[in-house]
Amino acid sequence: MTRFLSIDGVTKRFGRVTAVDRLSLEIRENEFFALLGASGSGKTTLLRMLAGFETPEEGAIRLDGADIAHVAPNRRPVNLMFQSYALFPHMTVEGNIAYGLEMERLPRAEIAARVGEIMETTELAPMARRKPDQLSGGQRQRVALARALVKRPRLLLLDEPLGALDKKLRAAMQLELKRLQHEVGITFIVVTHDQEEALVMADRIAILKDGRLLQVGTPHEVYETPANRYAADFIGLMNFVEEAGRTLAIRPERIRLFPEIADRTTEGRVTARAYHGLDLMLHVATPLAPRPLVVRLTAEDADRRLVAEGDTVTLGWNDADTRNFSD
Amino acid sequence: MAERSPATRRGLRFVLGGVFAFLYLPIAVLVALSFNEGGMPTAWTGFSAKWYGALLSNGDILSAAGNTLIVGTVSTLVATVLGTLLALGIETRRRKGRALEALVFAPMIIPDIVLAIALLSFFSLLKVPMGLHTIVVSHVVFNLAFVSAVVRARLKTFDWSVTEASLDLGASAFTTFRRVTLPLILPAVIAGALLAFTLSVDEFIIAFFTAGAGRASTTLPMQIFAMIRFGVTPEINALATIVMLVSVSALTLAQRLNKGVIAP
Repeated sequence: MTRFLSIDGVTKRFGRVTAVDRLSLEIRENEFFALLGASGSGKTTLLRMLAGFETPEEGAIRLDGADIAHVAPNRRPVNLMFQSYALFPHMTVEGNIAYGLEMERLPRAEIAARVGEIMETTELAPMARRKPDQLSGGQRQRVALARALVKRPRLLLLDEPLGALDKKLRAAMQLELKRLQHEVGITFIVVTHDQEEALVMADRIAILKDGRLLQVGTPHEVYETPANRYAADFIGLMNFVEEAGRTLAIRPERIRLFPEIADRTTEGRVTARAYHGLDLMLHVATPLAPRPLVVRLTAEDADRRLVAEGDTVTLGWNDADTRNFSD
Repeated sequence: MAERSPATRRGLRFVLGGVFAFLYLPIAVLVALSFNEGGMPTAWTGFSAKWYGALLSNGDILSAAGNTLIVGTVSTLVATVLGTLLALGIETRRRKGRALEALVFAPMIIPDIVLAIALLSFFSLLKVPMGLHTIVVSHVVFNLAFVSAVVRARLKTFDWSVTEASLDLGASAFTTFRRVTLPLILPAVIAGALLAFTLSVDEFIIAFFTAGAGRASTTLPMQIFAMIRFGVTPEINALATIVMLVSVSALTLAQRLNKGVIAP
């Protein structure tokens, strides 16, 4: 069986900077895949190589078995949703969406039908005749998505698709994108620097750093079993404690307050409390770590045991909940 | 800033009025005299458009106006196409284009008289017979610089990701230019063309040097210069008023199409 998309030893340099360094990755058909990394990690360069706007110096990019690394962007069955959306300002919503189909020289009737259909799916039909500058941020984002989706590409690339939206809209759109991806059955590769977004949306996540792949896995895998200290720190909140020359990592929700039984316990002083509605974050200074440990309590736990800033508390955890990153 | 006293404000307004009078009074006088029935600059004898009528029956002026239109139109068309492509080329390859940029803009800065002598020497060296065609070529030289400057000003704020989006959606480079880039920069292209046309219509020195001998290639500014040797006639006033009207309307349109166009 040929693999759907395989990135094989791809390297891209800009002058003396190596943006992507011998990176290999397999992406499955119909997968919602996230490339996650800080700025400068090479995730956008990798995405642009998949779209055809950059050419790798080494390595191959195989889509359905064929190397597309040197195929021009207008000749690949791949579409990109740009971070800035890059809508054509002189065309209507309808015109923007139809553009890609007109390039395929499809019959007018088919173009109209497909544009109409995608505008229904993305709830853009009422604004078909508007120009991009008459749309809200969320509407523009949907036009950019519809314009790429209507081409029915083998692979849809999304560069920080929700980056320009406000927080509430982002949360709604994360689920919306996931629903849409299921509905159209197209492989999505999304670039994001937002680990929470990657966890919520993706089937699998690749963590990139300095042009290299650190870890690939399901959200659960990368969250619960990070491959190294960087990945552990990058995804979610992580506490690092020094213990007998080892560095142990433990998630805030795995630390318990005044535990009845625990493998390890320590005393500490509460330096800050941050209330988030559903949960409460306590910052506790302990002798085990230079930085205060972050402890996450559910609202229920927090109500049961009221703690104030300056209080001395006992923290505890089980060895099974820690990960050892001594290196 | 401190409140200005009413006296200061009156004073400033007076200075401003003086400056504007200095700039526009001569032009106003010229326009007024072109309608002066008697034709003498010393006395107003009544309103008349007869000097405009006299223009229309002056064969020399009409043929010069025809020549100016030919030179203006052809040099504008050529300079607009080349200048737009040049601007696109420079802006898409910015990093390598520093020296090229300076070369392209030299004709804007080099004094007209120097350019005129250079072109004259160039044409005679190559033994190119001179006439309207050499004026056209010479006007393309400086118009090219102006058109590309106007178009480049627009391209500075151009979001190139739309051209990438077009390629991504399956368009060829040419289709991308025709359907995305050109429509978006068209106001600047037209503004550049109007500016070029204006510059060409009232350009004298370069046309004078590169026209060659003979009356066949006399342009309007050259005709005015020839006529003025026998004194400023009311006909010249009328002609100048028309030329000014054409230039001002072209420039106004250009300004409207393109905010922040560089002035000639």
